[in-house]
Amino acid sequence: MSPQGAPNRRNTELALLVFAVLLPVLAYANVGLAMDSALPSGMLGYGLGMGSLALVAHLLVRRYAPYADPLMLPLAALLNGLGVVMIWRLDKAGKLLSGNFPAAANQLMWSALGVALFIGVMVFLKDHRVLQRYTYISMVVALVLLAAPAFFPARAEDFGAKIWIRIGGFSIQPGEFAKIVLTVFFAGYLMVKRDALALASRRFMGLYLPRGRDLGPIVVIWLLSLLILIFENDLGTSFLFFGLFVVMLYVATERTSWILFGLLMSVGGATAVTMTASHVKTRIDAWLDPMAAFAPKPPKGSTEQIGQSLMALGSGGVTGSGLGQGRSWLINFAAKSDFILGSFGEELGLAGLMAIFLLYALLIQRGLRTAIAARDPFGKLFAVGLASAMALQVFVVAGGVTGLIPLTGMTMPFLAQGGSSVVANWALIAVLLKISDSARRPGAEPAPATEGQRGPAR
Amino acid sequence: MNKPIRRVSIFCLVLILALMLRTNWVQGVQADSWASNPNNKRQLFDRYTHPRGNIIAGGQPVTKSDFVNGVRYKYKRSWIDGPMWAPVTGYSSQVFGSNGLENLEDGILSGTDDRLFFRNTLDMLTGEQKKGGDVVTTINAKAQKAAFDAMGNKKGAVVALDPKTGAILALVSTPSYDPSTISGSEDGDAWKALNADPNKPMDNRALKYTYPPGSTFKLVTATAAFENGMFQNIDDTTQTPDPYVLPGTKTELKNESPQEQCENATLKSAMDQSCNTVYAKIGADLGKDKMRAQAEKFGFDSTIDTPVRAEKSIFPNSASLDGTAQDSIGQHDTRATPLQMAMVSAAIANNGSLMQPYLIDSERSASLTTISKHTEKQFSQAMSPATAQKMQDMMVSVVENGTGKNARIPGLQVGGKTGTAQHGENNASLPFAWFTSWAKTSDGQSVAVAVVVEDGSDNRDGISGGRLAAPIAKAVMQAALGK
Repeated sequence: MSPQGAPNRRNTELALLVFAVLLPVLAYANVGLAMDSALPSGMLGYGLGMGSLALVAHLLVRRYAPYADPLMLPLAALLNGLGVVMIWRLDKAGKLLSGNFPAAANQLMWSALGVALFIGVMVFLKDHRVLQRYTYISMVVALVLLAAPAFFPARAEDFGAKIWIRIGGFSIQPGEFAKIVLTVFFAGYLMVKRDALALASRRFMGLYLPRGRDLGPIVVIWLLSLLILIFENDLGTSFLFFGLFVVMLYVATERTSWILFGLLMSVGGATAVTMTASHVKTRIDAWLDPMAAFAPKPPKGSTEQIGQSLMALGSGGVTGSGLGQGRSWLINFAAKSDFILGSFGEELGLAGLMAIFLLYALLIQRGLRTAIAARDPFGKLFAVGLASAMALQVFVVAGGVTGLIPLTGMTMPFLAQGGSSVVANWALIAVLLKISDSARRPGAEPAPATEGQRGPAR
Repeated sequence: MNKPIRRVSIFCLVLILALMLRTNWVQGVQADSWASNPNNKRQLFDRYTHPRGNIIAGGQPVTKSDFVNGVRYKYKRSWIDGPMWAPVTGYSSQVFGSNGLENLEDGILSGTDDRLFFRNTLDMLTGEQKKGGDVVTTINAKAQKAAFDAMGNKKGAVVALDPKTGAILALVSTPSYDPSTISGSEDGDAWKALNADPNKPMDNRALKYTYPPGSTFKLVTATAAFENGMFQNIDDTTQTPDPYVLPGTKTELKNESPQEQCENATLKSAMDQSCNTVYAKIGADLGKDKMRAQAEKFGFDSTIDTPVRAEKSIFPNSASLDGTAQDSIGQHDTRATPLQMAMVSAAIANNGSLMQPYLIDSERSASLTTISKHTEKQFSQAMSPATAQKMQDMMVSVVENGTGKNARIPGLQVGGKTGTAQHGENNASLPFAWFTSWAKTSDGQSVAVAVVVEDGSDNRDGISGGRLAAPIAKAVMQAALGK
């Protein structure tokens, strides 16, 4: 791709943003009309709030990343906006949800914080390549973030998963941030080691086996992901990190055999864990027979949620019940987080879910496009990691909610309630925009080769 | 590195595509089965998000749909004169489900029936509120009220039929309950209390209870005698000793009172006095198979769906002849629902043609368009018209001269038969008082009624059925024929 003379597309972004703000505002009006037969009083405030957040973000992109991809910001804003509307709608069903507390205002606040972080990245991260200096620091930070929840007591209502750090009334889900930090480490490490991994290997039965010292880190990461799985009961995160690592390794080395290793290791690991951890077995049983929980004598530890989610989706059918007119609250306590997609499926129907999947597909593909366009290997690896992390996360969550794969309990990026998730994903988008800005910037010189780097990417 | 990135990007698309396929499968292909899954509470909530249609009797709705604007349920079912109408309508509860017509006609009442699809679609497009259709019953409100009032606080049931069509004109079961008290979502205590009540107020005695029919069953035995050519005339004398020794045993069957002149009595006289000896002997002489065949023509051993299903009435396949003799006077193992005994009277009154009993006259949409209308159907030709005429004469005689005098109505031709059914171990329990009858006006209108009163305290055949049950039947017949 020739970057010269590439139009900056900032006006396209602005036009799309108008649409991305207007659509949730209309959805908000829809919920109000459906549930109270009146326009919601907070509509103006919500519209202005989301609008100004989007506008500020846009203006800063104009100033600090003028050549950035024009689609990603509107896509993120749209998903975030729709999520807030749905959370508000579920708040309104408050009396019916056990343990329900109003979360829409919180989500709006976290979105603002997310945009603030987005702006921070825009302003202070002059060049994404700076991050590769922090490769090993990132590794340590990621490990600390991941390990931390294991030292906090699990709560009954968290359903077995220990993925939160709680300090007072404040809680964060470090896995979401670790996702980005770990990608920095992977990208930095692989950029340095990719030749060794790709070339210095012995051929054995048609496969390229790497040397032990090169293989070491992947084994460490693999074991780590299993440890997380075992100690924190967090299948989603471990699957995400492991998948992320395999993908990045494959991209860095261009060796298909890595995928095979990855698959073999994950199958082995998953089998071992399934046999030992009852939590995992419960999830798989619930996946195989989602209606078992409704039996007169439900199996121990079973949950109605997958069954409820499938019934919500089925009741929504092709066109859905309409925003505010479904009974998504039947899904109960995770309605706003893990299962928000079930609510969308019921109220917007198959048509709505297809649209949402397409929004994610577009966002992910823009991220991967950025990876292709990036001029430095670190940027490429970083972008491919971030984009595929999002793809894996969407797949794991949506697959669980729709009963495609066992439920693992993560949040739908941008859509679901959860401060950490929204903030982290805004940061993720900011980094991707920065990389795409440098990739599309006309006439920019390739970055000076740092140690271990072999010049511009092919 | 671009080649693997392209592959990764295809992989990511495949992931999304898998999600899309799966969602299409769940929301497109499987949608209906998930939506109608019994564990899907949405159906229950949907049922009460818009006004439910009504059940109509005598041109007036006997049910209502109250807007309560609850969090889960917007509407709640209520009844006008609930205890009187409960046996007809059944209940419809937000929590405890439904039964009776409320259950069987739920599609129409809740508006989900496919036949309402066009109407519903139109309403959706025009923004009209969705509303369930109505179910119009055959019940004659006056007859129903007369029956309910006449039963008072007695335990038992009343069924009235139009012999010509089979339309059910009254359906009363007492003691009853008010379905309104259990229709909401917080009526658990009322529900528990009703279920724990030893009088079983929620049981539909008219359709779901079988009682020994006692002497009212002699109508079936007499019909069998004529139909099988055993006798030609109601004044034919029978060869009956008094007491009658049950065949194959040394047990003497006696009549209720020594005043009864049952030895070698005529058929008519034996019916007037309700002689056990005469009809037990006829039953034994005809034998089990002929008796069963006749009983089955009246509807015994058949499942009758009105559409509310009635319990099967039984003429037993008795092992011995003495059993058949006792079965033939409605004791031993013979069981009949009140509906069944009303059908016996109705067949006799309708010149032998027994019409299929039915409770629903028509179904209509909320906009009063008729969706379905009942067409009359013959259940069987229970006897020849000639036999029917003889049976009518005998029943009239019972009311004029015999045990059924309490049912006489000036200006109407009335035929009836009393019964007092012994039951319990060694007949220890209080007997059931029966009366089954029909009445005709001079212009050809008719009604058939069966009444059963549990624990009829007077232990004498004829008197008990005649004293306790006949006045109730009389009140119902008067109300049904407007006299």
